[in-house]
Amino acid sequence: MRRFLALILMLGLFGGVAFWFLTGPSRLPAETFAGLSGDAAAGEAVFWAGGCASCHSAEAAEGDARLVLSGGRRFPSDFGTFLAPNITPDPDQGIGSWSLADFGNAVMRGVSPAGAHYYPAFPYTTYAKAEPQDIADLWAYMQALPADPTPSLAHEVGFPFSIRRSVGGWKLLFFSNDYVLENAATPEIERGRYLAEALGHCGECHTPRGILGQLQTDRWLTGAPNPTGRGNIPNITPAELDWSDLDLISYFKTGFTPEFDVAGGHMAEVVQNLARLPDSDLAAITAYLRAVPAAE
Amino acid sequence: MNNSKIRIAVAVLAIAVAGTAVAQSAADGAVKARKSHMQLYAFNLDQLGAMAKGEVEYNAETASTHADNLVAIASVSMAGYWPEGSAQGEVEGSRALPALWTSGEDVMTKVAALNEAVAGLSAAAGSDQAGLQTALGPVGEACGACHKAYRAPE
Repeated sequence: MRRFLALILMLGLFGGVAFWFLTGPSRLPAETFAGLSGDAAAGEAVFWAGGCASCHSAEAAEGDARLVLSGGRRFPSDFGTFLAPNITPDPDQGIGSWSLADFGNAVMRGVSPAGAHYYPAFPYTTYAKAEPQDIADLWAYMQALPADPTPSLAHEVGFPFSIRRSVGGWKLLFFSNDYVLENAATPEIERGRYLAEALGHCGECHTPRGILGQLQTDRWLTGAPNPTGRGNIPNITPAELDWSDLDLISYFKTGFTPEFDVAGGHMAEVVQNLARLPDSDLAAITAYLRAVPAAE
Repeated sequence: MNNSKIRIAVAVLAIAVAGTAVAQSAADGAVKARKSHMQLYAFNLDQLGAMAKGEVEYNAETASTHADNLVAIASVSMAGYWPEGSAQGEVEGSRALPALWTSGEDVMTKVAALNEAVAGLSAAAGSDQAGLQTALGPVGEACGACHKAYRAPE
């Protein structure tokens, strides 16, 4: 009996140690940013393509206020409500004291400088595919944005999701560096794929989620319930997206639908970002949307 | 209960029902007016958008006409379009968020931004297609700013 108990204890200990190791933070290789220097002007394009301001600016911010990334917006989900943190260059409340590697690990791996996991409401699972040079440029741009001393607020997440280590397990199951659209047939589609799947994270809203909040990549961009609780985010695969190329590009630039209604809700935020991208990028996103598998 | 009390009770009830019905039809009418107003924007924007996209040939005179129409439509006061009880959920067809009734100053700022944007469009629409394309952007942004803040998803 005592040997049996000892065995159970051993197994339990082993399991605990294994869990601890498996769910620990996984950082980028140290040499990822070696020799890279950021170009703030190029970083501005990454900033708009990545949609940073849509979540990290203050609620209802417009105009230049969208460049003050003081946080505070609320994002309800099945797991609790996430609150966007302050990512201004403020050294105490923001991320002003970080290094480029700290920033890269946060954005591309979801790991804080202290080694804690971020919740995947922050779309690092898509930014993971970004080019390190783009992240270096983005860092240069963001360091020059206005600082703000507003403290970040705690997420309102219940047990067991309140244990950050559980996110480590989630990452083991669902974190992938693979593109959903495996083959990009032309350079334009490849660029569109980078904008849509790596920087722009369209799938975060337009793809349905599974029971643990993971994106169901076999139903990529087929639409999903609106996380705010009302209405649906539309299917944008060729199965249902029947707008012309010109209609799509015009929508990305102005927010006007072919019927001259306008984008509302979070898509209005997205259009404010897309409108700042060059026409060639908007055409690339359009080409990508034509290339994804049609599915209901 | 005697007869006269019943009569009074019925009368009070009738007035209450009628009052609700009047309020309801006022809200209904306002929602229809709002949508009609938006339809006028959409029709004129559609004509301009077709030229901006190159779906129909650019014509300076037509472009100016529709842009001037937008200036005229934007100058129509919508002040009476928003009676109490006409938010989403209170009356059929409304997608107006309750915040619209408590954010007067911000709404006026957004209305002013729309007026500025359509004035810019009116100035640029008659020059050439590129000018028209560029000037449509701020109009879309102004429309979107209000819908983002004050219109619920379908």
